[in-house]
Amino acid sequence: MRLTRAAKAILDDSDAYGVEIALRLAEAAGGAEVILVSMAPNQEVQGVRTGLAMGATSAVVISDPALAGADALTTAKVLASAAQRVGADLVIAATESTDGYTGTVPAQIAALLDWPALTFAKQIELRGAAVSIQRQTEDGYDVVEADLPAVVSVTAGVVEPRYPSFKGIMSAKSKPVEQLTLADLGLSVEIREQVVAVEDAEARAAGQIVEDDGSAETEIINYLAQIKVL
Amino acid sequence: MLTNCVILAEPQGGAVAPVALELATLARSLSEQVTAVIYDVDAQEAAKTLGSYGVTAIISLGSTDSHLPGVPVADAMREVVSTVGAQAVLVAQSYTGRDVLARLSVLLDAPVLTNAVMVREVDGAVVADNLVFGGEKVVSSKITAPVQLLAIRPKSIASEAAAVPANPAVTDASVSSNTKANRAVIVSSHVEERQGPKLDEAEIVVSGGRGLGSAENYRYVEELAGLLHGATGASRAIVDAGWVPYAYQVGQTGKTVKPNLYLAIGISGATQHMVGMKGAKNIIAINKDKDAPILQIADLGVVGDAQKLLPRLIEAIRQRVGA
Ligand SMILES: Cc1cc2nc3c(=O)[nH]c(=O)nc-3n(C[C@H](O)[C@H](O)[C@H](O)COP(=O)(O)OP(=O)(O)OC[C@H]3O[C@@H](n4cnc5c(N)ncnc54)[C@H](O)[C@@H]3O)c2cc1C
Ligand SMILES: Cc1cc2nc3c(=O)[nH]c(=O)nc-3n(C[C@H](O)[C@H](O)[C@H](O)COP(=O)(O)OP(=O)(O)OC[C@H]3O[C@@H](n4cnc5c(N)ncnc54)[C@H](O)[C@@H]3O)c2cc1C
Repeated sequence: MRLTRAAKAILDDSDAYGVEIALRLAEAAGGAEVILVSMAPNQEVQGVRTGLAMGATSAVVISDPALAGADALTTAKVLASAAQRVGADLVIAATESTDGYTGTVPAQIAALLDWPALTFAKQIELRGAAVSIQRQTEDGYDVVEADLPAVVSVTAGVVEPRYPSFKGIMSAKSKPVEQLTLADLGLSVEIREQVVAVEDAEARAAGQIVEDDGSAETEIINYLAQIKVL
Repeated sequence: MLTNCVILAEPQGGAVAPVALELATLARSLSEQVTAVIYDVDAQEAAKTLGSYGVTAIISLGSTDSHLPGVPVADAMREVVSTVGAQAVLVAQSYTGRDVLARLSVLLDAPVLTNAVMVREVDGAVVADNLVFGGEKVVSSKITAPVQLLAIRPKSIASEAAAVPANPAVTDASVSSNTKANRAVIVSSHVEERQGPKLDEAEIVVSGGRGLGSAENYRYVEELAGLLHGATGASRAIVDAGWVPYAYQVGQTGKTVKPNLYLAIGISGATQHMVGMKGAKNIIAINKDKDAPILQIADLGVVGDAQKLLPRLIEAIRQRVGA
C-alpha cells in the first residue's frame, strides 16, 4: 500500500524560507554560492526553478524509481550525499516539510555528515566561520552556536521570502540544473517503511451555528453554562 | 508483548516533562520492561515519578553541560538500546525528541515513524497510527528493522499511573562529548513569560487569529482567558506577524491542546491549526465568514465580527461572575 501525494511537486512553502535565508547569508558573506538540492520524482524541476528564480545559483535534482515511497532516513542519505558532492559548508533546510512533517531530515543529514545540527532556528547569523541561531524551545528560545560546517533548520515565518522578479524567472531558465540518479551518487537504498492501512479519521460533526444579531454573547454564555464552565 | 522498550524522558523545568509520563504509559502497554533515559534532572525524584508509571529501569546521563541534547543523548541511547536489547524506542514529537530520534536512526541505520498518535503491537511488529493531510486520514504504518524508532505526538495518550508501581534501579551513564558532531553549544536561554495556566495543560484555551484585526486587539483574548481562568493561544498567522510569541501557537508546528473548551476567535481553521485543537471536548468559534472551515467542527459557531462581539461578551461574563 502506498500513500500518494496528489499535489504537483512544487517548492514547499516551508522551503521558501530556507532559500530566502540562504540568499541573505550568501549576500552578507559577499556572494557565496547557493545550491539547491532536491529529491523529486521524474526529474521534476519546477520546485527548484522557483528557488533559482529567487536567486539561487544552481540546482541538483536526484530522481530514481528506487526512491518511490522513501522514508525520511533514505531521503536524508540522498540529500547528505548530494551536499557532500557539491562541497557545501552550510546546509539549510526547513524544520519540517508541509506534508511529511517528520522534522527529522535535517538532523539525519547532520548525523550522516557527522556535523552538528542547529535545529528549529528562528534567527540565524554567520560570524566568520561560526553560525549562531536562536533555537525555539517550548517556552522561549536558546542561543546556540557552532563552528562550520553545520546543518541549520529554519522555522517558517522567520523571514519574508522574496517573490521571483520577471528577470529572475527568465534567468532561472538558463541556470544549471544537474540531474542525478542513485547510481551517480553511488548509493543503493532499501525502503523499509510499510503502510498497512489508510482510513478516514473520525470526523467532528458541525454543531449549532448562530448569526450575531447583536446578542450572540447570550448564546455563548448559555453554552458555557451548559458545559458548566460558568 | 515486546520484552524491552526504551523511552526518552526529557526534562522540563528541572523535572521530567509531562509527556514522559504519556510515553511511559504507552510503553508499559507494549513491553514487559521499560527503560527510561533521563538527563538534567534529579535522578531519584525522576525514578520515583517514572516508577509509578511502570518504568522498570532508569539510565541517568547526568548533565549535558550546555550541549544541544540531540547528539550526546542519542549517542548514550544507542548504548542503552544495545545493552537492554530494546525492540522499540519511544520519544516525544518535540524539539529534543526529534533531534535525538534523527541521530539515533542514523547510528542504528533504522528508519523512524513520526507523529504517531497511537502505537500497538500486532504479531510482534509495532504498528503506529499517524494523522495525515491535516488530520483527515489515519495512516497505519510499520517498519521492518530490528529496532522500531517512534516519535509520539504529545497529548495523544492520556498518562495513567500503573496499578502496581515499579521500583526502578537507577544506573549512571555518561554522555560522550567527543564526537565531531557534538559542537552545538547553548550559549544562553530565554524564557518568554506568560500568565495563567500552561497552554498544553489548560482546561480552557482561548485562541486568537488574524481576524482579531490588530495586535492590540489580542488583549480581548487575554481578558476573556483571564475571566475563564484559561490559557491564551494563537494561530500561526499572528505568531508570524509578531503579535504574540511562538510559545502561544496551537497546531501542527505549535502545541497540541486537549482542553475541555477551546474558543477560536478570528481563526479560519486551516488544517495545520485544526490538527492541534480538534481533540478539544467543546469548541466555540467566532468568525465573520460563515464558510470558514473552523465552523464545520465547532459545537457552537458564531458568525459575526469578533471585534464587536468580544467587548460585549467580556462585559456579559464579567457581570455573570461578578468580576
Ligand atoms: C503523510 C506522510 C507521512 C510520512 N510519515 C513518515 C514517517 O513517519 N517516517 C518517515 O521516515 N517518513 C515519513 N514520510 C516520508 C517523508 O516525508 C519523506 O521521506 C520525505 O522526503 C522527507 O520529508 P519529511 O517531510 O520527513 O522532511 P522533514 O524532516 O519534515 O523536512 C525538513 C526539510 O528537509 C528538507 N527535505 C525533506 N525532503 C526533501 C527532499 N526530498 N528534497 C529536498 N529537501 C528535502 C526540506 O528542506 C524540508 O523542508 C511521510 C510522508 C508523508 C507524505
Ligand atoms: C508547514 C506548515 C505548518 C503550519 N503550522 C501551523 C500551526 O501550527 N498553527 C497554525 O495556526 N497554523 C499553522 N500553519 C498556517 C496555517 O496554514 C494558516 O495559515 C494559519 O492557521 C492561518 O491563521 P488564521 O486563521 O489566524 O488567519 P487567516 O487564515 O487569515 O484567517 C483569519 C480568519 O479570521 C476571520 N475574520 C476576519 N475578520 C474577522 C472579524 N472581524 N471577526 C471575526 N472573524 C474575522 C476570517 O474570516 C478568517 O477566517 C502552518 C502552515 C504550514 C505551511
